[in-house]
Amino acid sequence: MKKDLPLKDGNPQQGNPLGGTLGESLRSQGVSRRSFMKFCATTASMMALPPSMIPMIANALENARRPSVIWLSFQECTGCTESLTRAHTSTVESLIFDAISLDYHHTLQAASGHAAEAAREVAMEENFGNYLLVVDGSIPLDNPGYSTIAGISNLDMLTESAKGAAAIVAVGTCATYGGIPHANPNPTGAVSVKDIIKDKPIINVPGCPPIPVVITGVLAHYLTFGAIPELDHIGRPKVFYGQSIHDRCYRRPFYDKGQFAETFDDEGAKKGWCLYKLGCRGPTTYNACATTKWNNGTSFPIESGHPCIGCSEPDFWDGGGFYKALSLPTEDLSKTAVYAAAGAAAAGVAVSALNRGKKNASNKIHIKTTIDDLKKE
Amino acid sequence: MSSVGITQFNIQMGDELTQNVQPLLHEIRHALAALLESGKTSSIDLRSIPLAPGEEEAIIEALGKGEINARLEALGPSDIYETRFAGVWLTSHYNEDHMIVSRFIEITELPAILRSQREDMATALETLNEELQKQATS
Repeated sequence: MKKDLPLKDGNPQQGNPLGGTLGESLRSQGVSRRSFMKFCATTASMMALPPSMIPMIANALENARRPSVIWLSFQECTGCTESLTRAHTSTVESLIFDAISLDYHHTLQAASGHAAEAAREVAMEENFGNYLLVVDGSIPLDNPGYSTIAGISNLDMLTESAKGAAAIVAVGTCATYGGIPHANPNPTGAVSVKDIIKDKPIINVPGCPPIPVVITGVLAHYLTFGAIPELDHIGRPKVFYGQSIHDRCYRRPFYDKGQFAETFDDEGAKKGWCLYKLGCRGPTTYNACATTKWNNGTSFPIESGHPCIGCSEPDFWDGGGFYKALSLPTEDLSKTAVYAAAGAAAAGVAVSALNRGKKNASNKIHIKTTIDDLKKE
Repeated sequence: MSSVGITQFNIQMGDELTQNVQPLLHEIRHALAALLESGKTSSIDLRSIPLAPGEEEAIIEALGKGEINARLEALGPSDIYETRFAGVWLTSHYNEDHMIVSRFIEITELPAILRSQREDMATALETLNEELQKQATS
């Protein structure tokens, strides 16, 4: 981390009123130094930092203090929380969670109703200027009634909770870019955290859902260094989102050699060739899936034979179809002798005619189902 | 990892997917030379490299096993052994569910985690003192 951004008042290693240091806390739980070293090695790997930084991480974590964390969930499916709580490195994640004070998370906390909201208010008051605000889900602006918590609109809860936050972590594509609620026609007027909050450091951790170790890696980074990591031009930590899926994909050599799967069951697919022509968004998607992988490092979508759908990019849902190649027309013109034509203009006409033909054919075979039909069953 | 019973579809291994094994072995060779010449230790995080299915296994197989094999029980088990190349160690950390959480190739005389740690030795000394005092007073 060469260019970490220091926080004005939010360094958890300075003046946090909560508890002792992480080192003291672990020792009191009987965790040996050797276990701590293992924890640090795994944390370095999780934060995508070089192993040479393990001693520095150990020193920083030893002296880190527990930051208060308030987690708000707005228009979301709880997939981001599911992703985190089902993370495979359970021991390490639990240590990370032991190392923070999760003061409000309405899915995970035992308290409900007024008691839950009181916990949030107390945490905000006691840790004003120092707590970390984590948000998943988008915020509806059209009608506040679309999503409320304890009768408080998402917009009000976010603006109120952001006031005393040291930094905000927007988790998931909904919180970072509006996500699926924001997709056309965006019925709720959904927007991202960054569209509303302009005066706080915001770390965007997109993905639908984000990779669990990326979420914990960001929390671990904050805990370790008391600063937010270096971000890219749309607010994502470069350490996880600095390279495209395409650049880190093990199928990249096939792309370079021009060897593509044309369908999901052809010889190219069976040989594990590049999925670009099947709509892979790897070249335009920045995430850590190709190296960190999913499900205990088992694989990632491309390894399982499915193109990347670009879920960590803004407006990924409105990209015009997941199975359309990024720079190809909807049909392979070379296979369509009738419309085979040289030149871009002719190709454009051909695509248009082809699509029109498909639409007409589709209309012909389409049978409308009425309410009466359903009642018959 | 065996491909027996797995349909040969997309995730097959042992074919011409990518060739990361050779470059990684060269990286290890350079690191080992540096260790010999200047004492500089290195570590490679296998989770930071985009490996094709089966490549991690291929690398581990290529490194083989040497004379020392250590088992660590700290926040779940860890397997640490010297490969057939002296000075090249493979460290695999598992969680309490025995799922791998991180894996490193370390080029060093002895992985740091195997050494007794000062903090643990201080705690051990305290414990030993207390036990001897108890015995003396009883």
